[in-house]
Amino acid sequence: MAGGLKEVRSRITSVQSTRQITQAMKMVSAAKLRRAQDAITQMRPYAEKLQEILANVSSTLDSSEGVYSVEREVNNVLVIAITSNRGLCGAFNNNIVKEVKRLIADDYAGKNVHVLSLGKKASDAFSKTSHHTTEGYSDTPYEIFDDLTFGNAGDVATIAMSQFADAKYDRVVVVYNSFKNAAMQDVSTEQMLPVVAKAEKGGSAATEYIFEPNREEIVENIIPNSIRLQLFKALLDSHASEHGARMTAMHKATDNASDLLKELKLTYNKARQASITNEILEIVGGAEALNG
Amino acid sequence: MKVEILSPEKNIFEGEASYVGLPGTDGSFGILNNHAPLITTLAKGQVRIKTDSGEQTFEVNGGTVEVLNNKVTILAG
Repeated sequence: MAGGLKEVRSRITSVQSTRQITQAMKMVSAAKLRRAQDAITQMRPYAEKLQEILANVSSTLDSSEGVYSVEREVNNVLVIAITSNRGLCGAFNNNIVKEVKRLIADDYAGKNVHVLSLGKKASDAFSKTSHHTTEGYSDTPYEIFDDLTFGNAGDVATIAMSQFADAKYDRVVVVYNSFKNAAMQDVSTEQMLPVVAKAEKGGSAATEYIFEPNREEIVENIIPNSIRLQLFKALLDSHASEHGARMTAMHKATDNASDLLKELKLTYNKARQASITNEILEIVGGAEALNG
Repeated sequence: MKVEILSPEKNIFEGEASYVGLPGTDGSFGILNNHAPLITTLAKGQVRIKTDSGEQTFEVNGGTVEVLNNKVTILAG
């Protein structure tokens, strides 16, 4: 019986330290989530202004003519899969991998699909498959989360844009976890190229702007920037979602550990009591035998 | 007039200014108070902002500018 006690005691210690770790990870994720959300908030005024200017400039232009809006027959597809670098965040990465596999098997069945992995987990999942590509990238693009800046995101988007312009790919889509709130992420598949004409609200059309040098050139200048911004937004969203998902996962793990600890303590106390009762019985039995 | 310099990562500058010098794609130009509404693009270069307290310069890597109702919004690329 004493052996059973010792076993339970050591399990209690190990569950306790596990709980401590998951609790700490939850706190860290909560702090990182706040920073990631700040980054999204910081980007919003820029994105809104860019959209507004684009709406103003292109309100009377046929924007379906640029190099980045050509609709070609879809044969070659580039899927940009955005995951995290680390695990322990529930189904976060798995959902992306599943969605990309579904795209390959269903939506783009029979097409030539390449996957560009941003984030180590996507790279791990696809680097051994024939779909994997890092073509055109000088360094390892999946390490982007080590240094997530608009410049770095823009570089990736620029390469994808030039590959689209060279007709290497007929369509570029981004698969990522969009951020709903700390506990909710949605797997989103967004078409990056060709550019989808958004239902633009008709800007302040009453204002007579001077366009320098002219509308066409301004649009040509803004569109690549808005594509870069789209990828950057997806990356920021994914980054915030990652920490949200990890926070939820670690919260659940902490709860589970607490439940387990309660059960173990009960078992431990029961075993302790049983062993004490046993000892008393033995002593009483022994005394009785002496008296008899 | 009000001047705002925005980047996707942060708000770089916000405040009152009397003059803004910009590196346009077709050459440098300046904006004074009560400029007509304008949308234009920038090349790589320096943005110079003259305020009451002196002059500040910012490096931009291209971008877009909108001038409307005495407000200059610079979207740094």
